[in-house]
Amino acid sequence: MDILYLLIPLSVILVFFILAGLWWAIHRGQFENIESEGERILKD
Amino acid sequence: MIFPNSLATTYNDKVVRQFAIMTVVWGVVGMLVGVIIAAQLTWPELNFGIPWLTYGRLRPLHTNAVIFAFGGCGLFASAYYVAQRTCQVRLFGDKLAAFTFWGWQLVILAAAISLPLGYTQGKEYAELEWPIDILITVVWVSFAVVFFGTIGTRKVRHIYVANWFFGAFIIAVALLHLVNSAAIPAGFMKSYSAYAGVQDAMVQWWYGHNAVGFFLTAGFLGMMYYFVPKQAERPVYSYRLSIVHFWALIFTYMWAGPHHLHYTALPDWTQSVGMVFSLILLAPSWGGMINGIMTLSGAWHKLRDDPILRFLIVSLSFYGMSTFEGPMMSIKTVNALSHYTDWTIGHVHSGALGWVGLVTMGSMYYLIPRLFGQKQMYSIKAIEIHFWTATIGIVIYIAAMWIAGVMQGLMWRAINTDGTLTYTFVESVKATFPFYVLRLFGGLLYLSGMLIMLWNVLKTATRGRSVTVTIPTALAHA
Repeated sequence: MDILYLLIPLSVILVFFILAGLWWAIHRGQFENIESEGERILKD
Repeated sequence: MIFPNSLATTYNDKVVRQFAIMTVVWGVVGMLVGVIIAAQLTWPELNFGIPWLTYGRLRPLHTNAVIFAFGGCGLFASAYYVAQRTCQVRLFGDKLAAFTFWGWQLVILAAAISLPLGYTQGKEYAELEWPIDILITVVWVSFAVVFFGTIGTRKVRHIYVANWFFGAFIIAVALLHLVNSAAIPAGFMKSYSAYAGVQDAMVQWWYGHNAVGFFLTAGFLGMMYYFVPKQAERPVYSYRLSIVHFWALIFTYMWAGPHHLHYTALPDWTQSVGMVFSLILLAPSWGGMINGIMTLSGAWHKLRDDPILRFLIVSLSFYGMSTFEGPMMSIKTVNALSHYTDWTIGHVHSGALGWVGLVTMGSMYYLIPRLFGQKQMYSIKAIEIHFWTATIGIVIYIAAMWIAGVMQGLMWRAINTDGTLTYTFVESVKATFPFYVLRLFGGLLYLSGMLIMLWNVLKTATRGRSVTVTIPTALAHA
């Protein structure tokens, strides 16, 4: 099962990218005052 | 840096219109091929001895047409529309966006020609040969540039949750396609996979399962999180839950693929890991399903007279049903019965016809009149008829496949007291015949609903005209 040496690191790297995305979203204030964001789309 | 799209005063709806119309057209084509192969399974003579019409060649044509042509065009249309509306900015790169449309149609055309001719890589949902794979990569990278360029130049600070789902779908599909389609060309339209044996099988189902997870789930959830609130005229039930749904789903999906390879040469522990992650997936899936359906809380009466909303809400019920059934089927003891039977086909179609099909149709019924300057579709009555033919068709289809699948599983494992098999394989095939007839009938109903939709869409488009929508300035603030 040598393929796992490719697929597992690949998925782990992906998880780091996902974590980076989450970190970015939190620190850029994407999750502040979020319930009002749900209503905004009704007005576009 | 200022890009031309952020100075534009109108949305780019031309490409959305093109993709929306082709969604309906390819839907009819893909489902028609599905009905033809369902008939061939019932009466094999229906291939008329013509090699191009044999089941083995038409089956990948059917799956590619419904997933990548019908579903793909629907995703392009909605991702482009939703990104522009929620970011209050014109699509990034007009020419590149136009290229994604024509490029994607070329991919579909190449598939429609090469698959009946017998050119295939032999990988499920990744059959297309290497020259087409390269074209897919170019179109997909352009799609990513247009989409993320639009998000990057947005006029609204917050990125709406639907865009996160579309973004994850675009990135994951790019990665899956590149890894799984790695092959050594051996001439034009012939190649050998870069992996061998069980390694190839593992890569294939890492791809195959995540194609379901990111193409057929994340992408269409993006659609759901925009069009359900819009059609219901209410914000999503819990925006907080939608964010938890997104992150939980994308963190867990990548690891569930091995459940497609239970009881094969794949190491046991890998199969068990796949099963455990599949069971965990039930939680975020149901969180999202409940969130979508509860958007209607306090406004349930709208279901009574709005067939479009019914499409969307019933699609969520099918999403909930198949995301329950999937984890159950991934349990090894259940899988020992269900694997290789028509139960799997029933499961796939409850997801494909029920979730993906209905949510796309509902979203297109919302979108298409607006793209042609109309308040609503030409005929609401026709949407109503479409809803019922489609829903009844799905129920007949999946019930027939459930019964056929469990019956096949039980017949294959039945053993006499002396240890010999009770039934020969062909006896299970003969016993399946009536259920194949029923399945064909369910599929015919679903296809006729799609034909009604095509008529309704053409009427709406010809009665209306292509409108240019101005970006509202009052709402556009950082």
